[in-house]
Amino acid sequence: MKIKAQIGMVLNLDKCIGCHTCSVTCKNTWTNRPGAEYMWFNNVETKPGVGYPKRWEDEEHYHGGWTLNSKGKLELKAGNKLNKIALGKIFYNNDMPELDNYYEPWTYDYKTLFGPEKKHQPVARPKSQITGLDMELTTGPNWDDDLAGSTEYVNQDPNMQKIESDIKKNFEQAFMVYLPRLCEHCLNAPCVASCPSGAMYKRDEDGIVLVDQERCRGWRFCMSGCPYKKVYFNWKTHKAEKCTFCYPRIEEGLPTVCAETCVGRIRYIGAMLYDADRVEEAASTPDEAKLYEAQLDLFLDPNDPEIVAQALKDGISEEMIEAAQKSPIYRMAVEEKIAFPLHPEYRTMPMVWYIPPLSPVMSYFEGRDSMKNPEMIFPGIDQMRVPVEYLANLLTGGNVPVIKQALYKLAMMRLYMRAKTAGRDFDTEKLAKVDLTETSATSLYRLLAIAKYEDRFVIPQSNKSQFEDAQSEQGTLGYDECAGCALAPQHSSMFKKAEAGESTNQIYAESFYGGIWRD
Amino acid sequence: MHNAWAHLLWVYYPYLMLASFFFGTFIRFKYFHATITAKSSEIFEKKKLMIGSILFHVGIILAFFGHCLGMLVPQAWTDYFGITEHMYHMFGSLMMGIPAGSLAWIGMAILTWRRMTVARVYKTSTKNDIMVDWVLLITITLGMSCTIYGAFIDFNYRQSIGPWVRSLFTLNPQWQLMLNVPLIYRIHVLAGFFVFGYFPYTRLVHALTLPWQYMFRRFIVYRRRTKVA
Repeated sequence: MKIKAQIGMVLNLDKCIGCHTCSVTCKNTWTNRPGAEYMWFNNVETKPGVGYPKRWEDEEHYHGGWTLNSKGKLELKAGNKLNKIALGKIFYNNDMPELDNYYEPWTYDYKTLFGPEKKHQPVARPKSQITGLDMELTTGPNWDDDLAGSTEYVNQDPNMQKIESDIKKNFEQAFMVYLPRLCEHCLNAPCVASCPSGAMYKRDEDGIVLVDQERCRGWRFCMSGCPYKKVYFNWKTHKAEKCTFCYPRIEEGLPTVCAETCVGRIRYIGAMLYDADRVEEAASTPDEAKLYEAQLDLFLDPNDPEIVAQALKDGISEEMIEAAQKSPIYRMAVEEKIAFPLHPEYRTMPMVWYIPPLSPVMSYFEGRDSMKNPEMIFPGIDQMRVPVEYLANLLTGGNVPVIKQALYKLAMMRLYMRAKTAGRDFDTEKLAKVDLTETSATSLYRLLAIAKYEDRFVIPQSNKSQFEDAQSEQGTLGYDECAGCALAPQHSSMFKKAEAGESTNQIYAESFYGGIWRD
Repeated sequence: MHNAWAHLLWVYYPYLMLASFFFGTFIRFKYFHATITAKSSEIFEKKKLMIGSILFHVGIILAFFGHCLGMLVPQAWTDYFGITEHMYHMFGSLMMGIPAGSLAWIGMAILTWRRMTVARVYKTSTKNDIMVDWVLLITITLGMSCTIYGAFIDFNYRQSIGPWVRSLFTLNPQWQLMLNVPLIYRIHVLAGFFVFGYFPYTRLVHALTLPWQYMFRRFIVYRRRTKVA
């Protein structure tokens, strides 16, 4: 056994309102640079829908993730190592998405809106941020936002295509869910395994997957190797970039920007201990529907004294072990089994997990005497074949019973708490049917519904001072080899105005209009 | 040709270019390591790149090894194995050289056309990117011209250019050998040395960073920071 620690995230889809705050704050923090305009380290998709990049879940097209070869051995779906080097794939990566699979980023020429009076009202035309040329807007990020009801987009969703056609018809009354996505920081990361240069790596301390910008040679196999399409190509630096899990914040014990700013408080961050020696074996589980359970099996009980002793021996810090013992992730994923990995069938062992949304189910049977007879929950959930199967395709590789079990549990907890708050009678024996007690139901409710900051984020501070001389390293990180990628030049016009003696108010009046800074 | 000119072209110039190649590469790898990438533009355009890039890379690698054989292996060695000049010329130069050169030329032509005409690629190219495409295209065109022209004339480059190249490496440059070489060959040689001299300052350096170690390493890479004292 070789114990490693991993920082993971759980997202409670039940509470996601699709406001995109996470995406916007993430973009403002990490990808508002030339070359990175089209990148969204975090994005929120409407499901069913095509996603970003379009149809990213269609691995028969993109060949991301892992597969088992004819001998049952784990292999990158894009082909073995020899494929990349010897067979010329390094000259041309057939599986790589094009810009149009994401979208062509654009801005508007706002300057035309100002000037002398003209006969016709001026129009700010969209201009490509790549070529600077005029653009006809036909697609963009989240073009299908909230359009889950439209057949055009639903039919393009690879998860829907796995569901039998006769039950697809009634999805319109049934189902729409927001899916916020970021890098999964997988235990068995195929991007890391795909990188010929060895530039991608998992941090030993917390499992965060990063791209070493010094060593990246831009071969682009990470982009196509990632089945979630969460590694991007910066066209200006010609290197790969990806979600960093805001590691500078994590090191200080702070949550990621997306989690910190989530208005629905749906995100949880915590530590997990797992057995790194068994990852490959777990990822090689033949049955796709068993991969979720195989991954669960990798996680180790941080309260077991033997595990703690071994973890200390394997070099895991005491802070990390303590965090793992209080981890909300461990509680939701392992103890309560209400959180599930995204597409475990890619054999990546992802570490951003999701609590399936109960809302489509609840709204279905809430009007039907459910309060008088809580038992109605179970046939209610059973009747909702489309959402449940869809969620199973999304979160458990098609394992429907475990999704149902989680939905039963969430629904029962909700009914119990409602009865309790309203002062009604509730037969508490029913809680036992879904593995809950009065105490655990109440504390689960506190974790999910109240979601206090300190309950959501249990992040160990890393003792960075032991590993680096912070003063000498200050300002040494970043994308500095790329001329024009820093933000300061973009704001140079304002600096010049200030130097020329303009007051802050004047600069503000000239530069801030239409709700944004324009300089 | 005046001796001073001949010295300049066949002694100083090639050494200057080789010096630039080695010095430039050293500087690039030592001080600008992070700038060494394949500079892919695949994200902007795939279809033309697929044909162009594969043809060019396969062709240029074959052509590179062909040049190594032709320039660095003395004729005496092949004579020893009973390979006559006619056999060598027919098999080596024409049957191997023309296909390899054609692949490289067609590939490079497609890549250059793509760079000049696809708006997204053109607009995101630097002047250097555009120049390197044209330099390669011209050099390969000259090389192909030599091969085709050579089929119709009685000229044995293994008696002139080959020994001259080797004499450069033995630091005893025999510039006289180049005096009676047909013009098209001489221009190709000059262009070829220019590519070497220009190489370190362009995207071409990615050819020197082939990731062989990937074949032997484990899949998942972990990195741990070491404690500072």
